[in-house]
Amino acid sequence: MSNLFNSMIEWIDKRFPLTSNWKAHLSEYYAPKNFNFWYFFGSLALLVLVNQLITGIFLTMNYKPDASQAFASVEYIMRDVDYGWLIRYMHSTGASMFFVVVYLHMFRGMLYGSYRKPRELLWLVGMCIFFVLMALAFTGYILPWGQMSYWGAQVIVSMFGAIPVIGDTLQQWLLGDFTLSDAALNRFFAYHVVTLPLVLLVLVFVHILALHETGSNNPDGIEIKENKNSSTGIPVDGIPFHPYYTVKDIVGVVVFLFVFCGIIFFAPEMGGYFLEYNNFIPANTLQTPDHIAPVWYFTPYYSMLRAVTVNFLGIEAKLWGVILMAGSVMIFCLLPWLDRSPVKSVRYKGPYFKIALTLFVISFFVLGWLGTKSPTPLYTLLAQIFTVIYFAFFILMPWYSKIDKTKPEPKRLQE
Amino acid sequence: MKKITIVAILILCIAPFIVYAAESGMPLERAPVDITDNASLQRGAESFVNFCLTCHGASYMRYNRHRDIDYTNEEILEKMVHTGQKVGDLMLSAMRPKEAEEWFGVVPPDLSVIARSRGADWLYTYLKAFYRDDTTGNGWNNLVFDRAAMPHVLYQLQGEQKLEVNGDQKSLLLDKPGQMTGAEFDKFVGDLVNYLVYLGEPHANARKELGMKVMLFLLGMLVLSYFLKKEYWRDIH
Repeated sequence: MSNLFNSMIEWIDKRFPLTSNWKAHLSEYYAPKNFNFWYFFGSLALLVLVNQLITGIFLTMNYKPDASQAFASVEYIMRDVDYGWLIRYMHSTGASMFFVVVYLHMFRGMLYGSYRKPRELLWLVGMCIFFVLMALAFTGYILPWGQMSYWGAQVIVSMFGAIPVIGDTLQQWLLGDFTLSDAALNRFFAYHVVTLPLVLLVLVFVHILALHETGSNNPDGIEIKENKNSSTGIPVDGIPFHPYYTVKDIVGVVVFLFVFCGIIFFAPEMGGYFLEYNNFIPANTLQTPDHIAPVWYFTPYYSMLRAVTVNFLGIEAKLWGVILMAGSVMIFCLLPWLDRSPVKSVRYKGPYFKIALTLFVISFFVLGWLGTKSPTPLYTLLAQIFTVIYFAFFILMPWYSKIDKTKPEPKRLQE
Repeated sequence: MKKITIVAILILCIAPFIVYAAESGMPLERAPVDITDNASLQRGAESFVNFCLTCHGASYMRYNRHRDIDYTNEEILEKMVHTGQKVGDLMLSAMRPKEAEEWFGVVPPDLSVIARSRGADWLYTYLKAFYRDDTTGNGWNNLVFDRAAMPHVLYQLQGEQKLEVNGDQKSLLLDKPGQMTGAEFDKFVGDLVNYLVYLGEPHANARKELGMKVMLFLLGMLVLSYFLKKEYWRDIH
C-alpha cells in the first residue's frame, strides 16, 4: 500500500513540484516556536475565506440580482431552500467574523512590529487584502436590497460624488444610472461574486508567498534566521510548520468555531450588529430611514467621515470627511516607515509606544461605537477628538518611537 | 502583554451572548414570546389569517410550512386558507396594492419579517396602544406609532381606548369595553405576536436544536484536538 503511494508521489513529482512545495511551505517551513494566541488569526482568516467562498456559491444558486426580486429571493433562501437559512447565516456571520479575525491579525502585526523590515511588502499585500475585503463587504451588503443595503450604499456612493471635478461622472459610471437602481445591483453582484473574490484569492496567495520568503515574525520580534544550526542550516528556534502548527491551529479552529457557531445558531443577528433590523425592510427608494448606520466593521471610519463639520482650507466639509475616511484606512500602509523604534516587539518597546497603542485602540472602539449612533453635538465633538487621537498615533510615530526608552532585544526566543 | 491577551480572549468568548436593548421613544411592554408553544402559535396563526391577512401579505411564507407548528395539510387548508389558494402557495394578501393605496394612503407592509425589523415588544405594545382620535383620517391614533395609517382592526375585541394626558405622562384608558376582558385581549395579542415572531424565522427552533448538536460535536473535537496538540508538542520546549 505504502509502496503504491510512494510510486504515485514519485510519478507526480516528475511532472509537478509536489514534494518540494510540501516541504518548502509546510513540513520544512520553519516557524518560530513561541507563537502565542495572536498567531491563530492568519489561519482563521483563511478558514473564513473558504467558508465565504463555499457558502457564497450556494447562495448564488438561489439569489436573484434583480431589484424587484432580490429581497424575496433572500427570504426564499431562508425558508424554502433546504438548509438555506444555515448557508445564509454562515455567510452573513462569516462576513462579520472575517473582519474580527482580520482586525485581530492586523493588531498582532502592530503589537509585534510584523510590518517592519524585511516584511514591508508582506504588510502592503495584507493591506491590499484588507481593501478588497472592504469592497467585498460593501458590495455584498447591497445584495439583499433591504433598507440599510440601499441607503448605506447611497451614502458610500455619494462619497464618490464629493470628489471635485470628476465626482458626478464617476458616480454615474459606478452606478450605471443616475441613481442607485437595478443596474447598480447587477454590477455590484458581478463584483461581489466574480471580480473581487478572484482578486482576493490572488492576493492571499501572494501574501503567503511573501510570508514564506521572509519567514514569520514572532512575539519577540527577532529574526530566527539569524541563529541557525551550523550543521543543518535550520533556525535553532524554528520548528516545522507541519505538524506542530497544523495541530496547534486545529485547536484554534475548534475554539473559533465555538464562537462562530454560537452566533450562527443562537444569535445570528448579533443584536442587530451582524444583521441590522432595518435591513429586514425591503429597500424603499422614496423613504430615507431616520438613522443610517453601516455594519459595525465600518463604523469607526463612518464616524470620521461625519466628524468634519466645517469647510476649511477652501475644501468642503463633506470632501474633508471623505479624505479623512480614506486616509484613516490607507495610513496603515505607511506603518513600516513611520516606526523608527530600534526594536520590533511591544515586549521591548518603551512606555510611549504602549501608551500610544492603547490610546489608538480606545479611539478605534469609541469611534466604532459613535458610528452606530445618530450624531448629536456631544457625539460629534467626541468623534472629532478621537479622530485626532487616531491620526496622532500614526503621524507622531516617527517621533515617539525614536525617543522611547526601549529594552534590549534578546538573542534567542523567550519562553 | 498577558493582560491584553486575556482581555481579548474574554471579549471574544462573551461576544455571542451580548444582547443589546432596542431603542424606542416610549417604554415597550415585554411580549410573551415562546415559539416552542405550538398551541399559542396555532391560535396566533388563526388570528393572523382572520385579522391581518385581509390587508397585509406574508408573501415570503408558504401555507404548508405551518406543518412546523403541528398542523397537517388538511388542517392548514381548513383553518388558514380562506382565499381558495393551494396549500403550497405563498400567503398573499386578499387586497390589491392599488386599492390599498387608495384606501389607506400607503400599501400595508408585508408582515413576513416584520417581527425581525420591529421586534416583538414593539409589535405587542403597538397592537395594544390604539386610541380614539377625531383629528386623524380614520378616527384612530396610536401611542407607539403616531398617526399610523392602520385603523384599530381589533377594536371589537379590545374595546375603545382614550388618551389621558397628565403633564408629560400619556396613558390610555378603556372607554368602551370590547368582547374581551383586558387579560383575554393581552393573551390574544400575545399569541398573535408570538406567531409573528415564528413567521419572521420559521426555522428558529430547528436552528437552535441543530446548534446544540453542533456544540456537542465541537466539544468532542476540542478534547481530541487539544490532546493531539499536546502529544505532538511534547518534544518542543
